[in-house]
Amino acid sequence: MVTTGFDPGAEAARATGAILDDTLRGSARGVVVDSPPGAGKSTLVVRAALELAAAGHPLMVIAQTNAQVDDLVVRLAEKDPELPVGRLHSSDSDPYDKVLDGLANVTKSAKAADLAGLDVVISTAAKWAHVKNVEPWGHAIVDEAYQMRSDALLAVAGLFERALFVGDPGQLDPFSIVGADQWAGLSYDPSASAVSTLLAHNPELPQHRLPVSWRLPASAAPLVSDAFYPYTPFRSGTDHGDRKLSFGVASDGSGPDRVLDEAAESGWGLLELPARHTPRTDPEAVRAVALVVRRLLDRGGVATSERAEEPVPVTADRVAVGTAHRDQAAAVRAALTELGVTGVAVDTANRLQGREFDVTVVLHPLSGRPDATAFHLETGRLCVLASRHRHACVVVCREGVAELLDEHPSTEPVQLGVTVKFPDGWEANHTVLAHLSEHRVRWRP
Amino acid sequence: MSLITTLARLEAVDTGRAQPLATVRHRHLADRPLVLVPLTTAGEAGAPLGALVGTDREAPRLLAVAQPRDRDLRFAFLAELAEAVLPHIEAYADVVEPAERNETDPATGKKAKVEVELCTDAAQLIVPSRAGVEFVRLLGRSMRFRRTAEDDPDTPYPAPARVPLLGRWLTHYGERARVPGSSLLPAVTDLLNRHWASGQSSLEDQHLGALLAWIDPPAGSSGAEAALRAELARDGKGQLLCPPAGPATDPDFDNRLLAPAIERYDRARTALASAEDGLAADARLGELSAAEREIRSLLARVMLPTWDAVWRGLDLLRELPEGSRTEDRWTRDRWSFTAHRDRVRSGEPPQPRRDDAVTAAQKLASRETAQAQLEAQEALDDPLVLAGRRLAGEAFLATVSAVEMAYTESKRPAPRPLLTVRTDERPHLAERTKVYRSLEGKPQTAEFVRYADGPPADDGEIPLVLRILDRMGRGKEPAPGSVPEPGERIAWTLFEHDQRGGPKLPDPEETPWTHGGPPGADAATRAELPDPVTPEDLL
Repeated sequence: MVTTGFDPGAEAARATGAILDDTLRGSARGVVVDSPPGAGKSTLVVRAALELAAAGHPLMVIAQTNAQVDDLVVRLAEKDPELPVGRLHSSDSDPYDKVLDGLANVTKSAKAADLAGLDVVISTAAKWAHVKNVEPWGHAIVDEAYQMRSDALLAVAGLFERALFVGDPGQLDPFSIVGADQWAGLSYDPSASAVSTLLAHNPELPQHRLPVSWRLPASAAPLVSDAFYPYTPFRSGTDHGDRKLSFGVASDGSGPDRVLDEAAESGWGLLELPARHTPRTDPEAVRAVALVVRRLLDRGGVATSERAEEPVPVTADRVAVGTAHRDQAAAVRAALTELGVTGVAVDTANRLQGREFDVTVVLHPLSGRPDATAFHLETGRLCVLASRHRHACVVVCREGVAELLDEHPSTEPVQLGVTVKFPDGWEANHTVLAHLSEHRVRWRP
Repeated sequence: MSLITTLARLEAVDTGRAQPLATVRHRHLADRPLVLVPLTTAGEAGAPLGALVGTDREAPRLLAVAQPRDRDLRFAFLAELAEAVLPHIEAYADVVEPAERNETDPATGKKAKVEVELCTDAAQLIVPSRAGVEFVRLLGRSMRFRRTAEDDPDTPYPAPARVPLLGRWLTHYGERARVPGSSLLPAVTDLLNRHWASGQSSLEDQHLGALLAWIDPPAGSSGAEAALRAELARDGKGQLLCPPAGPATDPDFDNRLLAPAIERYDRARTALASAEDGLAADARLGELSAAEREIRSLLARVMLPTWDAVWRGLDLLRELPEGSRTEDRWTRDRWSFTAHRDRVRSGEPPQPRRDDAVTAAQKLASRETAQAQLEAQEALDDPLVLAGRRLAGEAFLATVSAVEMAYTESKRPAPRPLLTVRTDERPHLAERTKVYRSLEGKPQTAEFVRYADGPPADDGEIPLVLRILDRMGRGKEPAPGSVPEPGERIAWTLFEHDQRGGPKLPDPEETPWTHGGPPGADAATRAELPDPVTPEDLL
């Protein structure tokens, strides 16, 4: 909600200015930036990189995945096609996106020595960890720092003198496939996030926050802010009415159509199936998800937003389906194929992190479950799933999740020395559910 | 829990018997393991109450502490435990074979092969339950910083000579037990749970008696009934017929039998101390030993059923043939055993109380590698485990129906044959997903190209096109036998068979500023000091 006196553009510019000032001219070895979903984190990284390069500081950029690295390289080239950029890659086959071959300013190599002297060198944390015996860089930017594990930072921190750490604290924490309880509470717990270790050892570092989400619509920002960032609220950059989702074809009265209308109207829709305990790949819920996507495309959805003068059709590539588990994603993909839908991104919360769509359809992590485990209650999982959309989000869920939550209060052991995370997943789930229930469409497939 | 485990559990409920989860044994079992059944004192963390220990199932050695709060008796117990455990470990430490290890030369930074000793076998220590592993770790922690009179003549309460050494070994075993797939210190419940699915919850599976009841119920009884009996049945005196596998004891045993016996012992001891002449002292000494004997027999009575259950569990496990890659993991255990032997022999201080940042990160990385390797090796060793992965879409069986030669488009074309394979399974494939098969024990990589007839629409058999990428030799034509023939039935996995090691981390002295910098000199010396003695330590 934009009230008078709040100018999102000015607020964001002020925050960015302070961050760049600390990065370029500050004395601290590190600067931490918390960024809510869609607050222009990538834009900030690109801008900081350009300004550091312009000031003559050689820069290394550490991202977490190859897709993120390639994306950053492309964005840098868009802003400054002359800037010499090095893409350090692995020695596997197809280590980087072929798009980079078309960029004249980008040098690609699997050896850091080949890229020495370039203004900006970009790679993944995993690849940087293998770089040894080089002169340390004066500056580094660590992207998605909250998703980077402390041990990954340990492996690369010797490569730079000082760094800008950028990330979203509300998204999924890094995880480990084996137990790491024995180190819980240590400031350098290797399974914790890079930022928590960094701040535990360097509490005096300046911390900034981006105050405006440009992605989330005015209908979503207050809920996501309240549920997942209660102590660090943010606003949406657009107002109610700035964005509009409408359909060329009228509703046929079915559950999927009604929930789509509700979501188009209010930004949120909950398609509630009858209560039932189901296997993870609940066939009815999976089919309901697929049907909603099919109807969304069939009904010719068009999105009006501040980005374009004319309404833009919501095509398959602007739609995503989010799930908690990989087998659920696979089941949804199969169901979509059966309905003849292609080109829709279907993935788990982990893999949807950092991505943006017009409309998302989410299979609720707790739908049909007999229990609520720490995995399914994790705050970040729901936050990622509920914050990927520019226009509307439809959640498909079995009835009874509120009761399930009440039967399963969080029972994780309290570890000495570990900062308790607020809000906990239990509470965040309740908050989201309470809001969604105002946009509920009951449907028996 | 994977789908196949859920199904196995449902089947176990249905049939009243635990169902196999494996067709081979996935953990190494030594020919002569040392079994340790420890008990701890209720309400007194780290105060051992007794133990059965030994390698001969017919002749366990009984250790008991008549008054667990008495530190002298506790030390006597630990000294006796050291006497029972250390000779067994040391017997393995001296039998070695030559081996090679890659080491980095600190001067040149080059890697070179170094001749080293590797123990031909390692001592295996087996405890009944996961809580037993935890207790071993706790014992190790409580002993390794103790000082003996030889270490420090001024120490107020010197520990018996070999106790700190036992503490270091138990710490090593406890730490190694955290590595996935390691067999130096297994818990029998974990071993059984890996190989069978019972019809009860995984929490209930931690009860050794109940678990054995599901796997091998007595004739004429279902697993569920037998498990319930193991958990609840009591004799006329209200004592459990199947006492807990420890180290915790049953409160009813503590209250009705143990506490009165310890009280009698305490009274006899006070009486002995106040005896006025030799004759009275003799009589009272008799009472004291009688009281001690009673405690020993009480403890033996609650530990023997567990001792027998451990050996019965091992018998059941030995009926399974050992998986072929199990030996490979045991070799890693032997390396770990040898490395600890070397550290002890070279006079290094005991393991520090807390890992430093670099050690913690190294341990986590190596355990993650071990976990991924374990999962892959179990699936490759065992068709039943592979079936679980196939059901989860992480592997598939397919028959080769056609092979078409193709080559890379470079100056020296290399073979990249296209296989068409048919399968009725639905692996989670996307374009360029890598799949692996085992070729003469080594993994061969292929990538998924496309569904030959479009995406699968129903449950029938579908053709897939795969492109083979490696292991075909250096020539233009693939080496003989490196490309499958039509008609061959091959298991492909979507997970890798081998694990690459992670990157080298900085040395602890070069810990970066983000992680607090190098550990200070004081931290290094502090780690070697024993716990300070506080008033609470003394009775």
